[in-house]
Amino acid sequence: MTTRAEPDAALRAAFDATIGRGDRIEPRDWMPDAYRRTLVRQIAQHAHSEIIGMQPEGAWIGRAPSLRRKAILLAKVQDEAGHGLYLYSACETLGVSRAELTDLLLAGKQKYSSIFNYPTPSYADVGTIGWLVDGAAICNQVPLCRTSYGPYGRAMIRICKEESFHQRQGYELLMTMMRGTDEQRAMVQESVDRFWWPSLMMFGPPDAESPNSARSMAWGVKRNSNDELRQKFVDMTVPQAEALGVTLPDPELRWNPERGHYDFGEPDWDEFAAVLRGDGPCNAQRMAHRRAAHEDGAWVREAATAFAERSAEDAREGAR
Amino acid sequence: MNDDQTTGGPGGVFAGLVEADDDASQWAFGTGFEDPLAGVDTTVPDGADPAALAAYCLMLGDDALIMSQRLAEWCSRAPDLEEDIALANMALDLLGQARLLLSRAAAADPSVVPALPAGSPVPAEDALAFFRDAGDFRNVRLAEVPNGDFAHVVVRLLLFATARLALLERLRASRDGVLAAVAAKGAKEVAYHRDWAGRWFLTLARGTAESRRRLVAALGGLWPLLPELFAPHPVETSLAASGAGVDPASVRAAADAVLAQVLAVSGVERPDDAPAPGGTPGRDGDHTAALGPLLAEMQEVARAHPTGVW
Repeated sequence: MTTRAEPDAALRAAFDATIGRGDRIEPRDWMPDAYRRTLVRQIAQHAHSEIIGMQPEGAWIGRAPSLRRKAILLAKVQDEAGHGLYLYSACETLGVSRAELTDLLLAGKQKYSSIFNYPTPSYADVGTIGWLVDGAAICNQVPLCRTSYGPYGRAMIRICKEESFHQRQGYELLMTMMRGTDEQRAMVQESVDRFWWPSLMMFGPPDAESPNSARSMAWGVKRNSNDELRQKFVDMTVPQAEALGVTLPDPELRWNPERGHYDFGEPDWDEFAAVLRGDGPCNAQRMAHRRAAHEDGAWVREAATAFAERSAEDAREGAR
Repeated sequence: MNDDQTTGGPGGVFAGLVEADDDASQWAFGTGFEDPLAGVDTTVPDGADPAALAAYCLMLGDDALIMSQRLAEWCSRAPDLEEDIALANMALDLLGQARLLLSRAAAADPSVVPALPAGSPVPAEDALAFFRDAGDFRNVRLAEVPNGDFAHVVVRLLLFATARLALLERLRASRDGVLAAVAAKGAKEVAYHRDWAGRWFLTLARGTAESRRRLVAALGGLWPLLPELFAPHPVETSLAASGAGVDPASVRAAADAVLAQVLAVSGVERPDDAPAPGGTPGRDGDHTAALGPLLAEMQEVARAHPTGVW
């Protein structure tokens, strides 16, 4: 076995050939350290996003306005915990534990999607998050089903199926509310007004300013550029907004027959930078919630570990 | 995999979104407000009083609804992801039981459903959940007391699920076909809840000194609420007499035996039975101070939009 510190030229050539063929790298395959680090960063950020992403909608479980909606919302937020679990497991195949990743998140050394730093003051936000935020996430994530790292790609296949289901549920909530009272219709429009621009920011900075994109594309970790995916999202969302009966808050939004795409305005990238820096409306609240859950549960995790050790000891003594 | 097919293009995952009324079967919870009892024979069995049957269904339904609400408060707050998912699962199971039981109550005696503005599209199960005041809820107090630490939810679930499982196992033989079906499905679910709570009870009892201290404290705090689960309300006695319900006093011995076993394996002493005031306060609508704030939160959005559709 060759150590990672002194890669054999043959191993690197095999890695490059695998990537070149569009095949998958698996956990026991040799891989460059930078590839491993990039994947850990990306998968961990994705896992953290699922877990932090439980909070904005989770806040409405207790107040869902019908029992059926309560069941749908609780099941959805539970799915997000499940997605976090698959993604942390995928990340563990790269040699880093869930506990370490959680510590990095809580220390502010790893990030999560900035969309979850926006508040959810209205029940319509549950629908809008499903439609726009999950919709944008799917645009980002479907190409990752073909990402070069096997465990990540396989986790993404299952996650994308569930996310598309969540997106439909969110859209269906908004559709139902639009058939309701004037107040309900106003709630939907107000929520869409708040979430439209942050959803466009979910694709990341413009290609020209995306520092890590080129290398991730070359490695097949990333498959489409930020701007390509953003355009695709706008193109698919505009007809959905029309069917719903809401307006998207962008005066520059119009069909461009020459390009065959919708033209749209520029998101406020200063706001994006501020939220990323930690100065968004809910950054501190989201981290405090996650930290409190982690710290409040420390004694339980210690008890489970102690119990498992004691049981193993008892079993050894029993076998003696 | 082709990106156009899986995201945007014709036949992609978004394609169906713009169709307002597509096949409801692809949604886990349906797309309309169809009656959860659709297609079920809701005839009240001979000899059972419809009003008593409805009152009985509200008791079992409110136990499940309020317990579910408390369990769901744990979402995103559990010690680990696995426990977060398990607690949400149990909350979902009980919510499902509550929906069937509240619907059954409304079908047996429509007069239990609170009156809403004319033309309100709110279905009966939601009118019952969101438009009754605290004094009209019939749940036991154990379900409503505020959450505490993780030991608290383990102990609360152990007591609740042990009593409910013993009850549901008997209720499977109910002369009311709906109750019998709800009990048959619910017993499988609640058996898991009891196992989950029992496993964690043992783990915390034999984990660390701190976990044992917290567990014993939670047990001591919740134990006085246990007798109420077995105290028969006249409605329960009458339903039991007609063969549609179960007298909770009749399952006390079975539940006690299970609890005694969990305590013995865990090496935890059974708390003394305090000279409790007795009676059936929750079933009579006499609740602790905790139920009001719980309902204020749960009912907030629904009450703000009494003619809204969700």
